[in-house]
Amino acid sequence: MAQEYVLEMRGVSKEYYGNYVLKGVDLKVRAGEIHGLVGENGAGKSTLMNILFGMPVIHSTGGYEGEVLLGGETVRFLTPGDALAAGIGMVHQEFMLLPSFSIAENIKLNREPLIPTPLSRLFGTRLSRVDMPKVRSDARQALDTIGLGIDEMLPVLGLPIGFMQFIEVAREVDKMGVRVLVFDEPTALLTESEADQLLAALKRIASSGVAIIFISHRLEEVLTICDNITVLRDGEVVTTTPASGATIQMIAELMVGRQTERPDLGQRPIEPSDDDIVLELTNLEVDMPGEEVKGLSLSVRRGEILGIAGLAGQGKIGISNGIMGIFPSRGSVKKDGEEIPLNRPGEAYKRGIAFLSEDRKGVGLILDRSIDSNISVVASLVKGDFLRSLPLGLRVRDRKAATAYAEQAIKDLDIRCTGPAQLLRHLSGGNQQKVCVARALALRPEVLLVSEPTRGIDVGAKEKILDLLVSMNRKQGVTIVLTSSELAELRRVSDRIAVIYNGKLVDILSPDDSNAKFGLAMAGKKVSEA
Amino acid sequence: MSLRERILKTVSDLGLPRVTVILFLIGLFVLGAVQGVPIADLISNSIGRFGMNAMLTLSMVPAIQCGIGPNFGLPVGIIAGLLGLVISMEFGFTGFTGLFTAAVLGLVLGAAFGVLYGNLLNRVKGQEMMVGTYVGFAVVSGMCMVWLLMPFKNPRLIWTLGGEGLRFTISLKDFFSNVLDNFLAIRAGAFKFPTGLILCVAVAALLYRLFEYTRLGTAMDLAGQNEQFARAAGINVEKMRVTGTAISTAMGALGIVFYAQSYGFVQLYTAPLMMAFPAVAAVLIGGATPKSAGISNALVGTLLFQTLLAITVPVTQSVISGDISEIIRLIVSNGMVLYALTRGHGGGNNGS
Repeated sequence: MAQEYVLEMRGVSKEYYGNYVLKGVDLKVRAGEIHGLVGENGAGKSTLMNILFGMPVIHSTGGYEGEVLLGGETVRFLTPGDALAAGIGMVHQEFMLLPSFSIAENIKLNREPLIPTPLSRLFGTRLSRVDMPKVRSDARQALDTIGLGIDEMLPVLGLPIGFMQFIEVAREVDKMGVRVLVFDEPTALLTESEADQLLAALKRIASSGVAIIFISHRLEEVLTICDNITVLRDGEVVTTTPASGATIQMIAELMVGRQTERPDLGQRPIEPSDDDIVLELTNLEVDMPGEEVKGLSLSVRRGEILGIAGLAGQGKIGISNGIMGIFPSRGSVKKDGEEIPLNRPGEAYKRGIAFLSEDRKGVGLILDRSIDSNISVVASLVKGDFLRSLPLGLRVRDRKAATAYAEQAIKDLDIRCTGPAQLLRHLSGGNQQKVCVARALALRPEVLLVSEPTRGIDVGAKEKILDLLVSMNRKQGVTIVLTSSELAELRRVSDRIAVIYNGKLVDILSPDDSNAKFGLAMAGKKVSEA
Repeated sequence: MSLRERILKTVSDLGLPRVTVILFLIGLFVLGAVQGVPIADLISNSIGRFGMNAMLTLSMVPAIQCGIGPNFGLPVGIIAGLLGLVISMEFGFTGFTGLFTAAVLGLVLGAAFGVLYGNLLNRVKGQEMMVGTYVGFAVVSGMCMVWLLMPFKNPRLIWTLGGEGLRFTISLKDFFSNVLDNFLAIRAGAFKFPTGLILCVAVAALLYRLFEYTRLGTAMDLAGQNEQFARAAGINVEKMRVTGTAISTAMGALGIVFYAQSYGFVQLYTAPLMMAFPAVAAVLIGGATPKSAGISNALVGTLLFQTLLAITVPVTQSVISGDISEIIRLIVSNGMVLYALTRGHGGGNNGS
C-alpha cells in the first residue's frame, strides 16, 4: 500500500515566528497523476512547495513538523540539491535560460553528456568534451515528449516567451529519474493557445508515470487537466477532491472560505449613488504584462469604497496602473466629467487622484531616503505643498513642515521607527506600506487608488491599514478604489465589489453576496440580476 | 551613553572607511612630527589643496544625484573652464575682472557642453561611468588639436617660436594667479589660510544646498533615486539627467578656474586627461556611493583625500630616502579610487 503514492506529505506544519502558515497539511500524489494545488495568495502553497524542495528559508526559520514520504520512504531534504537528486523537479516561473545558447544546450545545461579526452583523464571531467550529438538527441527526445516540434539547435534568444516555458519543461523532463514535477503558475505568461499546448504536454508527461503538482490561479485549467485537486486556505487543507465532480464555482468558493462578519463601518452624511460619479472609465485598455485590461468600463461613485476583485492575471491590477499612466493605455478616463490625458504620468496626481502601488519597492518608495521626504516629496512636486518662500521668488522644500507632518503621521498611523529621519530601507514591509499611505494622505486626494495594500505585510499592520482606509473614506470623504486578491479584505470594507475577468468587468456584486456568486463571477459568469 | 558606545556611534556615523583614513592621517602627522617635518607647512599645504580641489569634487554631487553616477566625464567640464580661462586671458583681463570673466565663460560653456554630454549619456544608460571616462579621454585628445589651431594672438599665451597655438602651460602670474587665495588671507609664518578661496567654495556649496531644496533639485534627486517612482510622479527622468549632467559639468568648469588661480598655471593639452579620478575618489571616500551623494560627502572627502596626498609624500620621504614621491602619489590616489568603488556602501547616510 505504501507504494501507491509516490509522494505523500503527512501532517506538515510550519510556523514563521510563532505564526502558523501551514497546519497539518496532508497531500498524496500517485505516479502518473496530475494533482492541482489551489488557494488564495498566502494560503500556504509556496511554503508547502518550499518544504518539499528543502529550501533554505524553511530550515533557517526552524524547519517544519510532519513527514514527507517519497516512494514510501521518509525523506527530509535540507537543500534543493537533495530534492533534485531524489527526483523532484520544478519548473520555475522565471526562466533560467542562457539566451545565446541553443535550445539543446539549454536543456542539457550542466548535465551535458561527456566524452573523455586525454586531458580529462589527467585533470578531471572539467576538461572532457561535450558529446554534442548526444546532447542533440537527448534534447530532441525531451522536446518530442512534450510535443514541441522545434529545431533543437536554434538559439533561445528571440524565441517567444511561450517557447521558453516549454524549454524549461523539457529540461525537467530530460532529467533521469524524475518522479515528481512541480509546476508553479506555468501558464501565467502564456497566450491561450500556448497554454493549451503546455497542458497537453503535461498530460503526456504524466502518462509516462511522473507525478505532477500543478499550481495555478486559473481554475478552468486546473479543472481540465488535473485528476485531483487540493484546496488550501489559511494553511489548512480544506478539501481534496477528484476534479471530475468539481466546478469552478465550487473550488472558488472553497478557496475564499468563510463568510466574514462585516463590521459596522459608520454612516456617511450622503450615501454614494450613481447620480454622482467621480471617476468614469470607458473602454480602458492597459498593456500591463500579465495583467492586461482589455476594454473595461466602470463608474466609481463619489464617496464610496469600490473593491476590485478577480483572480491573478485577469487584469484587475492593470486598471489603476493604467489610470496613473504607468503602463501604456487607451480608452477614456474621466474625473468629474473631465478627460484625464492617458499615458502621461503625473496628470492623474494633478487632478486629485493618488495611488498606492502594488509594487511598493519599485514605484512606491525611495528606499534610501528618510520617512519625512518619502511622505512629502510628491506633495511638494505635484501640489507645491511643504514649500516655503525665500527672497527672489525662490521656493524651497520646508524640512520643518515635512518633519512635523511626518511626526504626526508616525503617531496617527502607528509607524514603528526611530523617527522621521530614518531611512525607508530600514523599515519592515508593513511600516513601509504605512509610509505609502501617509504619502497618499499628504496629497489630500479626492480619489485614492489602492493596489494590494496588504500584500506581504503582517497581520497587525494589515488591520491598521484597512482601518486607515476606512477612516479616510468616512472622515475625509475620500473615494477609494481598492484592488485586492484577498476577497475577505474587500468584503470587509467595500461598498460594492467589481469582479474582473479576462481584462473586462464581469459583474458588480455586493459585499454581502454569497461565496457562490463570487465564485461564479471570478470564473467569468455574470450572476447579478439585470 | 558610555564612552564605548559614543565611540562606536561616531565610528558608525562616519563609516569605517573614513575612520580608517582619519586614523592613518593622524599616524602620518605623528610620524611627521617625530621625523621633524614642519607641521605648519603640512597643514597649510593641506588646506590649500582642499580649496583647489573642493569645487571639482563638488561637481560630482549633482551627477550622482541625477542618476548618472560619479561624473567620469569631468574633463568635459574642465575643457569648458580652460576655454573660459584662455579667452579671458586673451582679452588681457587681470585680477578679479579676469577671474570673473573666466568663471562666467566657463560656467556658460560648461552648461552647454553638459547638455550635449547628458543627452549622450541618456543613450547609454547603465554604462555612464565607462562611457563618461572615454568621452573625457576623447574630448581631451580632440582638444589637443584645437588648442594648437585656435587663433589666439596674445603673445603670453602662444608658443614663442612660430607664434601660433597655445602653450602647454601658461602662467597666470601676470593675470589673476592667487587672487582668491590672497583675498583676506590669514598668514602666520609658513602657515597661510586662503580665505577668499574657501569662502567661494562655501558659497558655492551653500547655493547648491539651496538648489537641493528647490522643486527642481528634489525632482532631480528623485530621478536618480528611483526612476519608476519619479516617472509615476510625472517627472521627465531624461530631462533631469541632462540637467544634473549640465550642472555637474558647469561646476567642473568653475572648479578648474579655482584650481588654476590657486596653482598659478593653466595646463592645457593632455593635463585634464586624468583629472576626473581624484575628484571621483574624493567624493566616494567622503561617504558617497555611485547612487547617493551630498555636499558633505564631497567636502569631507576632499579634505581627507587631499590632506592624505599633501602629507604622504613629505612624510614618507623623510623616512625613506630617494625620490619616490610620484610613485606614492599614484599608489595612494588610484588605490583610493579602487578602494572606494569596490566599497559601494558604508557609513554615513547610506546605510551599510
